[in-house]
Amino acid sequence: MSQTSPAPTKPAASTLVASPAGVKRWWNSWVSPWNLKRMGILGMNCRNHDFIAAYNPRSLFPLVDNKLKTKLLAEEFEVATPKLFFVVNVQHEIAHIEDKLMALDGFAVKPAKGSGGKGILVIIGRRGDKFIKASGAEISIEDIRRHMSNALAGLYSLGGKPDVVIVEDLIQFDDYFKDYSYEGVPDIRIIIFKGYPVMAMLRLATHKSDGKANLHQGAVGVGLDIATGRALKAVQHSKPVTHHPDTKRALNEIQIADWRNWLLLASKCYEMTGLGYIGTDLVLDKERGAQLLELNARPGLAIQVANGRGLLPRLRHVESLKERMHRTAEQRVDYVMKTFTADGL
Amino acid sequence: MKKPSRAPFYTVIGLLVIVGLTTAWMRHSQMEIPFIPGVQKPVWLIEARIDFDATGEPVTARLGLPDQPPGYRSFSEQAAAPGYGYSVVSESGVRRGEWSKREALGPQTIYYKTQFIEVESGAEGASLPQAPEAVHVDWDGPSQETAALQVLDTAWAKSSSPQSLARELIKLLNSDTLDQNSALLLSAQTDKSALLEKLINQAGIAARPALGLYLEDARRHQNLTRLVQVYDGDHWVLFNPYTGEQGVPENLLLWHTGGESILDVAGGNRSRVSFSMIHQTVPALDLIKAQYKDSIFSVLSIQHLPIEEQSMFKLLLLLPIGALVVVFMRIIIGLKTSGTFMPILIAMAFLQTSLVLGVVSFVSVVAMGLVLRTYLSRLNLLLISRIATLVVLVIFIISALSLIGYQMGFNTGMTITFFPMIIIAWTIERMSILWEEEGPKEVMVQGGGSLLVAVLAYTLMQFSLVGHLTFNFPELNLVALALIMLMGQYTGYKLSELRRFRAMVDNAEVGKLDAKPEDAGKGTGV
Repeated sequence: MSQTSPAPTKPAASTLVASPAGVKRWWNSWVSPWNLKRMGILGMNCRNHDFIAAYNPRSLFPLVDNKLKTKLLAEEFEVATPKLFFVVNVQHEIAHIEDKLMALDGFAVKPAKGSGGKGILVIIGRRGDKFIKASGAEISIEDIRRHMSNALAGLYSLGGKPDVVIVEDLIQFDDYFKDYSYEGVPDIRIIIFKGYPVMAMLRLATHKSDGKANLHQGAVGVGLDIATGRALKAVQHSKPVTHHPDTKRALNEIQIADWRNWLLLASKCYEMTGLGYIGTDLVLDKERGAQLLELNARPGLAIQVANGRGLLPRLRHVESLKERMHRTAEQRVDYVMKTFTADGL
Repeated sequence: MKKPSRAPFYTVIGLLVIVGLTTAWMRHSQMEIPFIPGVQKPVWLIEARIDFDATGEPVTARLGLPDQPPGYRSFSEQAAAPGYGYSVVSESGVRRGEWSKREALGPQTIYYKTQFIEVESGAEGASLPQAPEAVHVDWDGPSQETAALQVLDTAWAKSSSPQSLARELIKLLNSDTLDQNSALLLSAQTDKSALLEKLINQAGIAARPALGLYLEDARRHQNLTRLVQVYDGDHWVLFNPYTGEQGVPENLLLWHTGGESILDVAGGNRSRVSFSMIHQTVPALDLIKAQYKDSIFSVLSIQHLPIEEQSMFKLLLLLPIGALVVVFMRIIIGLKTSGTFMPILIAMAFLQTSLVLGVVSFVSVVAMGLVLRTYLSRLNLLLISRIATLVVLVIFIISALSLIGYQMGFNTGMTITFFPMIIIAWTIERMSILWEEEGPKEVMVQGGGSLLVAVLAYTLMQFSLVGHLTFNFPELNLVALALIMLMGQYTGYKLSELRRFRAMVDNAEVGKLDAKPEDAGKGTGV
């Protein structure tokens, strides 16, 4: 420190009392609510009260909280989604699950009511009688049985309610993202408000996130421009990054191909569920293109950090639009691609 | 979608607050339930002692009892006389205690004890439904009557109302230089109060004797003082015939009014009554228990329930405070807890155990449970049976801890059995899953959050003031309810979000990914 040293008579006091610099640093780690408001940042209470409670009828929640229902609904509405192999409904089916699993190369085991990616087991292949997880670790059929048994008993479901397990097709990772994601499928989260895509982010798994695409576990979030599908900003643990921490690829080159189709797919989920405020999780399959993975009736707020902007101005803008101004998903997508530009709203 | 108007909601909130506060205030002012715990109220304990010699015949002793004396309120009375039957009778508006015995011989003693609280005396008492009439007065011979009339004339000329007449008469009877007429009257009737009463009745104004007791701490063998009440057309007004003082003095308890004798004993002679008194204090809450049993406000009083139910209510009524703390910490502060209302139950357990012991045992039970749970996870049990196993294990851990605590000499060790075991088992299960999925850091965050909320709720609940208010004014929980509902409408930022989104402000300028020009046309997007 360049400052003149303090009087040496009270060395004990300086260790006990926090130094002014420390206090200042601590104080600076806070931000005033007015500042947040000016940036249009949506807070948890506001999200729950003004959007989820107001636009998401409780009766429709099961459609998104239950992945099986979402999947069946998506098939009905011709929204692309990974193929459902089979459903495990009761514990005794687990005993002879082997035959069914042996017929598959790669598959994903999901508890139908799991939340926040809990209880999802992704098997990408087999070596002998062992199964290989996405991370490369090997597990035995017993481990899979235990996992399914836990899931059926409701370990991963909200409130511990009994659950069913769905086994679905593995996403064949498109090569475009190969260098951007480490040990996991990257997905795109698009927030749909009253059918209008309002914000999007690409989530890239990292070594730290253990192949999972959850931001709070260390995945990289890349904010995407609604108008073009180009990367705007990237964060990991809320800190800005420019390159993927594991693959070292520069993130600014990301440009989602066929962006309008992604938005269309997401936008259709509004008609499909009737829920006003949802998060759609989409992935890119090598052969089948954009696929709906799951829906979330309580989408998180971290998307704002990845985009470096608040959700509120766009949400309020959509609220101010006249009802039935845009009747189809196409009209809505065209509208937002004109309106929600990187430099505009 | 239209936003529903919030006016009805705020009306409900306002009503809840108003109803809660006004009911509490009414009960405070009407029933004198103190807002602060431990309030003591001064009370006069007065003991009347009746002595007489029984003659061997059936005995009936009747003592005039105070009946709502101005400035005081009776809150307990009891009679002690071995072998006597006792009842309180009311005869022509006069309360009397009646002791009776078939056979008694020799000296007899009867005690009557009563407690009075000093209260703000209102007016002179309710106005009488029917004006009393002056009684006819007989004088001993014409000279007395003439003297009485002349004294009256003198006083009458100088007065304008019953009160002023009484005052003038008292002045005449007490003057240092007595005139002839007064002297004559006083020589025949030495008791000034009786004389005054006669004179006023002679003037056509109703007057009656009143017996008062001057209250002085720790006095024994006191006698009643005879005073005069004059009817002023509306109320009875008390006069001291010796000093001329008008109204009831502060330390005077009006024991008995009216012409009837204070004590009469049939079947005994040499009867007399004397009084002892002592000034003492009793907890204000005990007073309430003893009185107001019939008040409409006492419907809300838990004090009238059996003791066992009371102690249950005492804990139960603290719950809304705990809920308020949880709601505040989660909505406004944004603290993460494991299990929504687990912290309240933990806080309730802390109330039973004391804080330090509670925290230490809670943390050790959960820590031991987590260790055992890691072993259980290898056994591949179904969820329900795993939780059930944990419940049993938690019971074992708690029993072991309390036994060890007892052997080591902590009697308080036994109190950890108050922990909600099923809830703890679930907490352990959830924390263990959390540990596997999110790592130990998240376990610490949520576990620490729960513990912090529990400690805060405990701190609030253990304040004797909070316990006192929730228990004695259950309606104040409506205010807590209103606050909880109000917080449910809060859409502002949580305190934790002011930190969480700090990064956005920091990132606002840095970290923008500028696309290279050659990439611009690459996408197939519109």
